[in-house]
This record gives sequence, structure tokens and C-alpha cells, in this order.
Amino acid sequence: MSATVTWDEFTEGIWRQNPVFVMVLGLCPMLAVTVSAVNAMTMGLATMFVLVCSSALVSLMRKMVPKEVRIATYIVIIATFVTVVDYLIQAVSLELYEALGAFIQLIVVNCIILGRAEAHASKNPPLPAMINALGMSIGFFIGLFALGSVREILGAGTLFGVSLFGSGFQPWVIMVLPPGGFFVLGGWLLFFSWMGRRKQRKQTEKLAGVSGHA
Amino acid sequence: MTQPLIEIRSAPHLKAAKSVETIMRHVVYSLLPICAFYIFQYGISALASILVVTIACLLTERALISTGTQAGRLSDFSAVITGLLLALTLPPGFPLWMGAVAGVVAIALGKALFGGIGFNVFNPALVGRAFVQAAFPTAIATYTPSFLAGRFTEFIPSSLALPLMIPAGAAEWLKAKQFDALAGATPLAKWKFDGVVVNADELLTSLSGHMAVGPAPALILLCGAYLAARRFMDWRIPVAILGSAALTAWLLFAIDPGRYPNPFFMLFSGGLILGAVYMATDMATSPVTPKGMWVYGALIGLLTVVIRYYSGLPEGVMYAILIGNAASPLIERITQPTPFGRGVSLGRTRKRASYPLNPGYISREEAGAVTPKKRFLPRKPKK
Repeated sequence: MSATVTWDEFTEGIWRQNPVFVMVLGLCPMLAVTVSAVNAMTMGLATMFVLVCSSALVSLMRKMVPKEVRIATYIVIIATFVTVVDYLIQAVSLELYEALGAFIQLIVVNCIILGRAEAHASKNPPLPAMINALGMSIGFFIGLFALGSVREILGAGTLFGVSLFGSGFQPWVIMVLPPGGFFVLGGWLLFFSWMGRRKQRKQTEKLAGVSGHA
Repeated sequence: MTQPLIEIRSAPHLKAAKSVETIMRHVVYSLLPICAFYIFQYGISALASILVVTIACLLTERALISTGTQAGRLSDFSAVITGLLLALTLPPGFPLWMGAVAGVVAIALGKALFGGIGFNVFNPALVGRAFVQAAFPTAIATYTPSFLAGRFTEFIPSSLALPLMIPAGAAEWLKAKQFDALAGATPLAKWKFDGVVVNADELLTSLSGHMAVGPAPALILLCGAYLAARRFMDWRIPVAILGSAALTAWLLFAIDPGRYPNPFFMLFSGGLILGAVYMATDMATSPVTPKGMWVYGALIGLLTVVIRYYSGLPEGVMYAILIGNAASPLIERITQPTPFGRGVSLGRTRKRASYPLNPGYISREEAGAVTPKKRFLPRKPKK
């Protein structure tokens, strides 16, 4: 059995099918834990671990699991890895664990993970499944970091806890509140759709130019 | 002997064309005296605040209109109104950079996102103010007394805060001017936190004391009356808001005069008059049906009093109007007027319409005829 891994399988989650900016999935942790860049990155890493491991296991067991109980099986697999991450973060940094609160446990219901298990891992061999899961989780990580850094810079004047503007900085309280999360996410979505549209326009212009010369 | 000339025209019989631009221009004219008195009250800080906020609004409008996705033009004065109103709702010593943020948010988030003038759901100026209220809660609650000596030569220190930096506190500056820090409290904050009800003369003119009142309420009413008389604004909305707020406040005052202030204080303190006359009457965000205007106004007046009395905030006009804005499409739906001739008259049978020119004519409705519904034939599938 030779597993063919394409480059596209990896980059799909980072750009073309980015879980945050294109599919708009996993918004609950996205809005809730991104008040600072460190929180956002921890969440991203935790999700990455769960996503890659559960994709691998789901993919290994894809021929054993009857179709009727597959969702329940996936949830059990995901929950196992979430428990591992939960204890791991608790052991490494209790402070961080308390900041993230229930959202670590809630990775179980993150639809990116179940979506990957259902749409990709259950149909592909372990290696491509893991590569794809890694790409997806990098995409999610980038999304979390983009939100977390902007919210931390405006909401507290710091990045990774390092003060950027000196002691006289006026924090924008709204950025730490839930509406700030929505505003920043909306801003990023706007930015990416504008980029995508500009790219498309350039491509059509290029095509028109080529046909004009010919 | 000349024959009298009879001009025969078909409807509509409008006497003058009222374009969006005309209406907006007159609203700006009516705002100018209010701004002038506000500047007279607070000096150059107020002037700078009005200029910076309005320019921020205009620049944002210009940038967003040039993308070609917006209704409206820069020259339709709507952004000027947003800027002036927003500046009037902010404290005079509000840091200028925060004022600019408020202006940008007001136009970008409050108006452009919905598609430009006429499409916005919420009043843009209030969206801007709500944003800065959530972002900078201390700065927006810091008022300074009016009619300070030297207000035309010296800025309120918090105005000139550097961008992104915390504004200087007003307490020491006021101490140097022989005021205690509490002199900057607004009448509403004074009532809410200290239980002091201010006299009527101070509220109306603020000429006697150094009370930190906002723009002059009597002047706003006067300018609003001009707009209503010229039919640039519907009088029903402000009347409904002030009436319902006064009625609610009076009822509560009658129940427990020790706990609740008198209705006059409720009406003329804070931003209620400005909100009722200029904010709630925004044409895009208020109902168009006459009955709906009464419902909308009554809702806003009631909510204002409820928020002022029973919430942690001293002032509730902004949120009341925003909630009213959100409710206005629904209010419009349930208050649609019945078209002429369709009304169900209560208790008596409707007289048959008479047609003097054709006495034998019976209208379709009276004959009980039912207009056939339009039917669309199912499209035949392609073979």
C-alpha cells in the first residue's frame, strides 16, 4: 500500500481551506481565548496535538469501525487525546490552564477536528491524514495567532507580555471583551476576502492581456 | 376681462423638491448654533473636538466612498451631521485621538458596512459613541466644568493626550483652578452617585454655576422646532420620546418622591433632549409610519428612564435609541396604515361609495369580486 501525499494536501488547510478565514469553523475557542497571543498559541498547539493524533488513529481504524457508530467512535478517540492535553497543560502551567478554562475540554466539540475525521481521515491512509491534519491545525494556529496578537496589542498594549508602547498606554477595553473578538475577526475576514478578490482580478486581467496580444 | 388661469396638474403636488442633500444641509445649519454655544461653554477644547471628529468622519467617508461600494456622496452632508452629533455627545475634554477613533468607527462600522447612507440599521454617531464607551470607559465619563476662566486660551489637558496614550487626569488641573474634583460631575452622575438633584435654572442655561452640562437643552429644542416647522424632521418622534420619558418619570416620582428625581430633571439632564431631537429622528433608522413613530418614541423614552434608574450607568439615552433603532423595522411592520377604502369600520356598516358621474357603477370590491391571484405556470422541464 503506497500512500501518495500531495503538497496540496498539506497547504490546503493553511490557505485554500483555512479553517478560520475560509471555512469559518471553530469560532467558539477562536473568540473566547484569543485575548492574548500566548493564550491563543497554547490553544493552537493543543488543538494541533489533538487534531493530528486523532486523525492518525481514526485513519488507522477506518476499516474496522462500522458506519453506524463512526461519529461516536470519533468522539471517543478525540476525547481521549483532549484528556491527555488537558492534564498536560495543567501539569506544565496551572496559570495558563486557568486562563483557558473550560475551552481545553471543549476542544472535543471543535468542529474542525470532527470535520477532518469525517471528511478526510476516515477516507485516507494514516500518512496523508496526518499531513492534512497538520496543515489544518497550522491554519487554525495562524488564525488564532492573528486574532490574539491584535487583541493583545490593542487591549493591553503588549505582545507576549512585552510592553510595546510604554507605561502610558491606554488599553482599549472593548478588545478584551467578546465584541472586540468579533470586530477583529470581521476585520481579518474583510482583509482576506479583499486579498482574494484582488488576486482574482489580477488573474483575469492577465488572461485578458494574453488573449489581447495573441 | 381676462379669464382666471387654472393650472391642472396630476399628483404629486409637492411645493418644493426636497433632496437628501437639502435636508441634510438644513440639519447642519440647525446644528451650528448648538455647536457655537457648546464652544462658548467649553472653549477651544470643544472646538478642537468638533473639528477633529468631523474631519475623521469626512475622511473615512471619502475613503470608503471611493471604493465604489457605497450609496451616497461626500457632498450630501450626512457625514458632517454624524461628526457634529458625535462630537456633541462626547465630553468636551475627550482626548482628540479617541475622538478620531470614534469618528472612523461611526462611519466605517455604523454606516459603510451596511452599504452607505439610507441602509444603516443603527444611528452611525451612536455606534461610534457606543464603541468608545466600551473601549475607553474612564475617558468618556470624565467631564469638566463649563464656563471656566481662560477656556479660550487653554486646552483641557486630557484633550491633547498623545495617540494611544492615557489622557492626563483632570483632578489636579481643576485643583489649580480652585475646583474640587467633583465639580466635573454631570447632573446625572451627581444624582446617581451622590443623590443631589440639580435646580432647573442650572440645567437650562448652566450660566449660573460651573455645572458640567452638555450642549444647552433649550437651544436644541429651539433648533429642533425650526427643523420640525420646515418639515425636515417629524415632530412626532421627539414629542413621543419626551412625553413617554416625562410620564414614566412622573409616575415614579409620584410613587416615591424621595427616591426618584422630578420629571423636569429627567427631561433636561444628560443627553435626552439631544438624543430625542437629533439622534432618534434619523430618517434611515426610525419608522416611517406615523403610528410607528409614536410607538418608537414611547419605547425610547421608557427605556431611557428605566436604564437611568435601574442600571449601573448614569445615562441611558444612547442604548435606548440603539435598541429603538433595532426595533424599528418590526414596529414598521405592525403599524402599517390601512390603504384608503380598505379599512374595517368598527360597529357600523360602511356606506357604499357613491360615484356621482356614474350612479349605476358598482366597484369590484363592493360586487364581491375577488382579484384573481397571479399564477405562475410551472416551467416545463427541458427535454
